Amino acid sequence: MTMETLVPFAAAIERYEPVIGLETHVELGTRTKMFCGCTTTFGAEPNSQVCPVCLGLPGSLPVVNRTAIEYTIRIGLALNCTIAAWCRFARKNYFYPDMPKNFQISQYDEPLCTDGYLDVMVGERTIRVGIERVHLEEDTGKSLHVGGATGRIHGAEYSLVDYNRAGIPLVEIVTKPVEGTGADAPVAARAYVTELRDLLRSLGVSDVRMEEGSLRCDVNTSIAPRGSGRWGTRTETKNVNSLRSVERSVLFEIERQAAVLDAGGRVIQETRHFQEDSGITTAGRSKEEAQDYRYFPEPDLVPVAPPADWVAEIKAALPEAPSRVRARLRAEWDVPELEMDAIVNAGVLGLVAETVAAGASPADARKWWLGELARRANDAGVEPSALAITPAQVARVAQLVTGGALNDHLARDVVGAVLAGEGDPDQVVAARGLAVVSDEGALNTAIDAAIAANPEAAAKVREGKVAAAGPLVGAVMKATAGQADAARVRELILARLT
Amino acid sequence: MPRELTRMTAAELSVALARNEVSAAEVTRAHLDRIAAVDDRVHAFLHVAADSALAQAREIDDERAKGIRRSPLAGVPVAVKDVFTTIGMPTTCGSRILAGWRPPYDATITTRLKQAGAIIVGKTNMDEFAMGSSTENSAYGPSRNPWDLDKIPGGSSGGSAAAVAAYEAPLAIGTDTGGSIRQPAAVCGIVGTKPTYGGSSRYGVVAFASSLDTPGPFGRTVLDTALLHEAMSGHDPCDSTSIDAPVPPVVAAAREADVSGMRIGVVTELSGEGYQSGVLSRFAEAVELLESLGAKVTEVSCPHFGYALPAYYLIAPSECSSNLARFDAMRYGLRTGDDGTRDAEEVMALTREAGFGAEVKRRIILGTYALSSGYYDAYYGKAQQVRTLIIRDFDAAFGQVDVLVSPSTPTTAFPIGERADDPMAMYLADLCTIPSDLAGNAAISVPCGLAPENGLPVGLQVMAPVLADERLYRVAAAAEAAFTGRWGHPLLAEAKGL
Amino acid sequence: MSITREEVAHLARLARIALSDAELDHLAPQLNQIITAVAQVQEVTAEGIPPTSHATGLTNVFRDDVPAGCLTPEQALDQAPAVEQQRFKVPRILGED
Repeated sequence: MTMETLVPFAAAIERYEPVIGLETHVELGTRTKMFCGCTTTFGAEPNSQVCPVCLGLPGSLPVVNRTAIEYTIRIGLALNCTIAAWCRFARKNYFYPDMPKNFQISQYDEPLCTDGYLDVMVGERTIRVGIERVHLEEDTGKSLHVGGATGRIHGAEYSLVDYNRAGIPLVEIVTKPVEGTGADAPVAARAYVTELRDLLRSLGVSDVRMEEGSLRCDVNTSIAPRGSGRWGTRTETKNVNSLRSVERSVLFEIERQAAVLDAGGRVIQETRHFQEDSGITTAGRSKEEAQDYRYFPEPDLVPVAPPADWVAEIKAALPEAPSRVRARLRAEWDVPELEMDAIVNAGVLGLVAETVAAGASPADARKWWLGELARRANDAGVEPSALAITPAQVARVAQLVTGGALNDHLARDVVGAVLAGEGDPDQVVAARGLAVVSDEGALNTAIDAAIAANPEAAAKVREGKVAAAGPLVGAVMKATAGQADAARVRELILARLT
Repeated sequence: MPRELTRMTAAELSVALARNEVSAAEVTRAHLDRIAAVDDRVHAFLHVAADSALAQAREIDDERAKGIRRSPLAGVPVAVKDVFTTIGMPTTCGSRILAGWRPPYDATITTRLKQAGAIIVGKTNMDEFAMGSSTENSAYGPSRNPWDLDKIPGGSSGGSAAAVAAYEAPLAIGTDTGGSIRQPAAVCGIVGTKPTYGGSSRYGVVAFASSLDTPGPFGRTVLDTALLHEAMSGHDPCDSTSIDAPVPPVVAAAREADVSGMRIGVVTELSGEGYQSGVLSRFAEAVELLESLGAKVTEVSCPHFGYALPAYYLIAPSECSSNLARFDAMRYGLRTGDDGTRDAEEVMALTREAGFGAEVKRRIILGTYALSSGYYDAYYGKAQQVRTLIIRDFDAAFGQVDVLVSPSTPTTAFPIGERADDPMAMYLADLCTIPSDLAGNAAISVPCGLAPENGLPVGLQVMAPVLADERLYRVAAAAEAAFTGRWGHPLLAEAKGL
Repeated sequence: MSITREEVAHLARLARIALSDAELDHLAPQLNQIITAVAQVQEVTAEGIPPTSHATGLTNVFRDDVPAGCLTPEQALDQAPAVEQQRFKVPRILGED
């Protein structure tokens, strides 16, 4: 593999202006496929979720899944698009063994949604990413390439095709070219995909996992000399399987293309592949001629004309966009952006919000979900939302601490017990007798014993070395099996000895 | 029995079965015997389903013994064009590329026939993938016209027409895309209908031209054809282009057979050069006859009908070039050239070369051309506009008259071999029938005499508006009754071939 | 409007049909004749005439998102030219999507 010459990013961006664009494919989470009633659950035995339609058997005919249309309209509305009053499916004709009909039913010049936008935060600035179109199509089957060294297509002896995924509904979201990102181009691309992913997840239309392929990205990059006023030739990078790869592929392409232009060459318009391990893009197989897909309206399907009242219904039911939710909560909780990022990245924004709604303070809610609960989720290898404790229960625990009935140590025990299925926080406290020892008499007895057992520490405290109270507090905590309020104990000891 | 079972109409058989004068097994055996006696000469059938037919007949007889009668067609034999998928029988579409293919599912119409209790006696010969007007494009040899075994039986549903004309079955089903039911019916001296497009389900009908293909019935009488029309038609949720409306009352109309007061328009453009004189004279007599029965006859001009043929030969090949792409040796059907050294594309190309006949290749290439970028607007796009103009011609015409009439096809049956390698000459057989395929309205061919020059059958075509199929049967039945009265016997009685 | 032998050969490649030279010689003039004839449609003035892709005028034909109508793997693979590991075995694929 020849090593590409690169111009370091900072230098490249000084002299060149990037334009980026993204095409994203989303697998919809419908129960059945786009044009037939086969189920869509992931990981089934090969060719066990197929029928005459998705196998493209002679004589079979497609019928549109209404829910797929609804989900696509939902996506279009959430992206501020115009929903077509009337549109059609079209055949995209090309030969490939993972495509049973050797054409894909897609949409060509009449997409269901057009002309929208998604606002994306990059640092402190908002970038409005224009959405060109959102359309529906069917996914292909999957091939295993056998006999070659790497299991990849080159050098394989033959292939084995599984059509379970053929016909899964795919939504393609295409941005308009995004100008003016400058040095932020790589992070802007990443931020767009992140925001889009969160938005799609909030709409409940897909589980949008890039690792599993339910969200796939192609990233377009071009550069032109600053101030030239024109756009350069763009390349399309495929096989971008993670948010990090989105960022890295833009960065690499800018560096690579800058080197090409610096050397007086021209950027070839081509499809490139992103290599995960090395972070570089490599040229795809060059094609002699551009593919002519011979698009024509799909004669086996009739046009889709979503009634205005249906669209209005879908719009009315749209959940608040994640960016709005974040902005609103951030203002309500009065926290810095960085901490909001931490909450969002941990995937606990909703949980924190619900815990606050259940009566906890924002600070307490954050503390629990980012702290103890995040740790427990990690240990168990699950998402925080999968833990066996509800936001309401977390709020109750926080309340018990604020009210003095529990200290932090006991609170953690209670949480553990709730997770173990022992019941609600109050039930656990009662059953285990975990209430803070607040009976001063008992505390004083324990304090007397501690002072008696630690005369040197007691002497130091009497002399004014307040820090020496530590071991005394510790002794009392031990004596009360941790069920004392440590702060109160410390108060009492100091009062006694000073 | 006063008459041979194979000489009885479906309606007569239905009555005889209902009266227990005969059993389904007897009826079936009689027709299987007839097939065995004559089909080596007629070659209507590609597959005779003797065992399953007799098994089905036994089932019907068991039900009849219990007083159960599924439908008027229970126990009546029917032949099925080899373009309909049938479980347990091969479905070849007259092509080598599907030799021996056994589909895992039944066409909706196949299911409806079974549910009606009709006895499927076999699959009939056809021009390969429904492309042709003579069955000479069948990979399995042509069928022969029972009137004269050296003449073509028409196409593409020539096998079905020949089977009915040769008394091998009282009923048959075919498909009409450019005239492939009406033209064979005309040249074989029987009745054949192209229902309103969308009136009969295409699910399980191997597609030639999706926006034109229309399954339909053949019979020796208008009433028989109406009975089958009713049994096979109706909305199908598996076919998105299927019309959700009740089947027009065709049987009632066939029994009424009254044209008094009906306004009949003779299409000016469907006459003249290229039309055999005997066809024109018999047609003129038929028009006079209808007038004498009380119809009001006028001439109507449909100015764009002259462009119907070129428009059809752009639209149909375009759709078929895409529909036939699935035949690629990967999932079913013929695979040749896979010697372990060749890649998938090579095997595809070699298989399609070996598996497709000349006419299919011509139309695939023509369609690929018409859809190519740069040519789309001038060819496919333009043809679709011509289609709109033809629809408007029909709409205007039906504003003045209730039905339109013309000859069904310009000539009587021509000799086998005469036009086999002259595609343009072959295409002319569709001149009269194509306009209704493009517009999607209903049309029928009913015998109106023998051409004096050669004693071969001539067909009268009646065309009705979309979803007004019953008008066809009203007019056809009236003509049939009057003609039979004039001749003293059904036309077919004069066939000397067998 | 005419079409050359080379164009016919090109179209056959696009359509994945390995035409022999003899066939090309035979088909090309026939196709030329046909294309000349069908080009007649261009004589028709159709300014502002909408194309018809569907004669029925139907719209919004949908199905509910409810499972139905699956085949077993045996049924799906029964007619396959070659099968391995419950998948369709096909010759090596060179192209990329």
